[in-house]
Amino acid sequence: MATQIPIPQAPTTAILDETLEPAGPGLWLEVLHGWVTTVDHKRLGLMYIGYALLFLVIAGFEALMMRVQLAIPNNTFVSPQTFNRLFTMHGTTMVFFVGMPILFGFGNYLIPLMIGARDMAFPRLNAFSFWISAFGGLLLYFSFLGGDGLYGAGTAPDVGWFAYAPLTAKAFSPGHSTDYWTLSILLSGIGSVGVALNIVATTICMRCPGMKLTRMPLLVWLYFVDACMVLVVVSPLTAAQIMLMLDRYLGSHFFDTQAGGSAVLWMHFFWIFGHPEVYVLVLPAFAFANEIIPVFSRKAIFGYPAMVAATVAIGFISLSVWAHHMFTVGLGAGANTFFTLATMIIAVPTGIKIFNWLATLWGGKIHFTAAMMFAVGFLFQFLIAGLTGIMLSAAPFDWQLGNSYFVVAHFHYVLVGAILFMIFSAFYYWYPKMTGRMLNETLGKWHFWIFLIGFHLTFDFMHIPGLMGMPRRVYTYEADRGWAIWNMIVSSGAIFQAIGTLLFVYNLVWSYFKGPVAGPDPWDAWTLEWATSSPPAVYNFAVVPSVQSRRPLWDLKHPEDPDSNYEM
Amino acid sequence: MSEVPASPAFIPHMPRDTGDTWKLPSRGTVGITCLIMAEASLFIIFVVAYVFYLGKSLTGPAPRDVLELPVFTTICLLSSSLTVHFAVEMLHKGSRRLCSLWLAATVLLGTIFLAGTAHEWYHLIVHDHLTIRTNLFGTTFYSLVGLHATHVAIGLFMLSLALLFSLRGQLTHEHSEKLKVLSFYWHFVDAVWVIVFLVVYVFGR
Repeated sequence: MATQIPIPQAPTTAILDETLEPAGPGLWLEVLHGWVTTVDHKRLGLMYIGYALLFLVIAGFEALMMRVQLAIPNNTFVSPQTFNRLFTMHGTTMVFFVGMPILFGFGNYLIPLMIGARDMAFPRLNAFSFWISAFGGLLLYFSFLGGDGLYGAGTAPDVGWFAYAPLTAKAFSPGHSTDYWTLSILLSGIGSVGVALNIVATTICMRCPGMKLTRMPLLVWLYFVDACMVLVVVSPLTAAQIMLMLDRYLGSHFFDTQAGGSAVLWMHFFWIFGHPEVYVLVLPAFAFANEIIPVFSRKAIFGYPAMVAATVAIGFISLSVWAHHMFTVGLGAGANTFFTLATMIIAVPTGIKIFNWLATLWGGKIHFTAAMMFAVGFLFQFLIAGLTGIMLSAAPFDWQLGNSYFVVAHFHYVLVGAILFMIFSAFYYWYPKMTGRMLNETLGKWHFWIFLIGFHLTFDFMHIPGLMGMPRRVYTYEADRGWAIWNMIVSSGAIFQAIGTLLFVYNLVWSYFKGPVAGPDPWDAWTLEWATSSPPAVYNFAVVPSVQSRRPLWDLKHPEDPDSNYEM
Repeated sequence: MSEVPASPAFIPHMPRDTGDTWKLPSRGTVGITCLIMAEASLFIIFVVAYVFYLGKSLTGPAPRDVLELPVFTTICLLSSSLTVHFAVEMLHKGSRRLCSLWLAATVLLGTIFLAGTAHEWYHLIVHDHLTIRTNLFGTTFYSLVGLHATHVAIGLFMLSLALLFSLRGQLTHEHSEKLKVLSFYWHFVDAVWVIVFLVVYVFGR
């Protein structure tokens, strides 16, 4: 519980004026009305995060059901049809309604605070983006009720999260479940483009005096690159979904092979979105690491310009790697070579990042708080995830293991081992800013170790049945394949992860009421969000800040040795 | 470490010597640029689908059998880029009546373009029996041209609103920035038509 960081007793000042807050809790209806009609970036950020956590629990529960089904051979816990729906809903939910909103939530909350702004550039667009995404998520889950189409076939989408043609054609997906899937992704896409536009405009137009691009916190830089990527990669998916709707409702032939249409074209359009999407999800995780690792190493980040350059490089290269998802289609030697090389090249800027984080840790006075432990876990696990990624980028290797559990293990290593670990880390780091109270450190460390054990039990051992030839998306398997023991270990790890997550949720709730009061700057950090009260007032800053270096709070705390002396 | 200046609070704040020189781009321009990036990437996918399926239809009619160069409507749409530019200029200079005039001209030209598309589609559907279901050409043609026409319609709606405000005298000099943002969207729609015209009517025919 006790943090290892001495909490500086900041003098509270008159500008942290609480009188603008409504006195007393007010009627529930008024509180609700306040949240529903808000255009404040902090409230919208929290709503994004809360909504993502809700879906995280739902989609996590779907994963648990699948692991129960696969724990032993010839299991009949769920039917094959239900299993198809489970993996479709799990994947779609996790990518579009957990990953995207939680990252946009943190971005929404932090970017204006970090650049010393009052709000995002377009607050009402911000609210619109949130509600349209939220409606998309509801629509996806409404399919359980409304997806029961004319033929009574299907209650939820069961076409997989990448929904290859012609599985989505009217003939193979009767009823409306696929339509709900398409519409929910269309809406989520509109919301994502809205947020991305907002982030770019905020970063360019709303910085406080002195906050040059070269002085922006790296988190803001990475979100900026991330948002630029969202602008160009989400639209192809939107276009493909429009085509699919035209096919299903107006009888056009985009993906109709009977009329000369191409199923491979859908794959291209989907993965032109789908692979950059992985980087859209991982860049914010890098962004969190860029803020958290330096603060708990008590050193400035190593290689700031290299970090920015590597991020921009990742953004560009990630646009030219999509077909490594399609090696098994048979693209021909030229395309295979190009996409293999492009995929391998992306390891270079990513490696630069890892070395920079290590160099930041090197010689630092490391504080192993819960946030830092998750960040260190991220470093190791992201490295391993990247290495299996390079294995799969070699086309001949991919021919052997495409669509096997090896692939599933690889991308879960990225999504859980890297991204989810950094999201947990971000919670421990910024929860005090968002709520004014510290998360419980002891519970946090229990959370870390239990989740770490569960993660490695599940996703380390998941590689092995993949190497032995177990394909993904099978609802069960024969006992004589030799996969049973590995699947049992994988499933048992899922239980540890569920317990760890429950501890985390309990910690979130308990600390909100009982946690120690955080004060404005509990970590003795250096970026502007820690310059205002916790939680920040509606107006963020009573005076417009102005900055002279990358670490304005360091300058403030150490006037004898400010960073601005070392700026080029 | 706890040696923290007491005032003003924790917020790093210098006397505003840089305040006057600190200029950042306008939100509207950056925002519409982002929207144009996203829209451009949407159109690219539809253009790619059109090119990919060129000549792959299993049945007729083919583009060269039924399409005619829409020269007049193209001239109308492209010149509407000029008129909307003049409207912005006039508003910027404070000449509100001329702004209304140029806006009206823009709306008129855009409407002629849409009417031209409607006429073309009517002819294709009724006389040439080409619908979105007929073949791959119909599928890609109607979706690409239709997506563009939808954007023209949205632009026309917004320009008509601006014209309405302008006629009622509510559009003033301070709105010139906003009208400029709208004009960027309209220029983009025109630029897309250049691509569509070249791909569908010139090279694809």
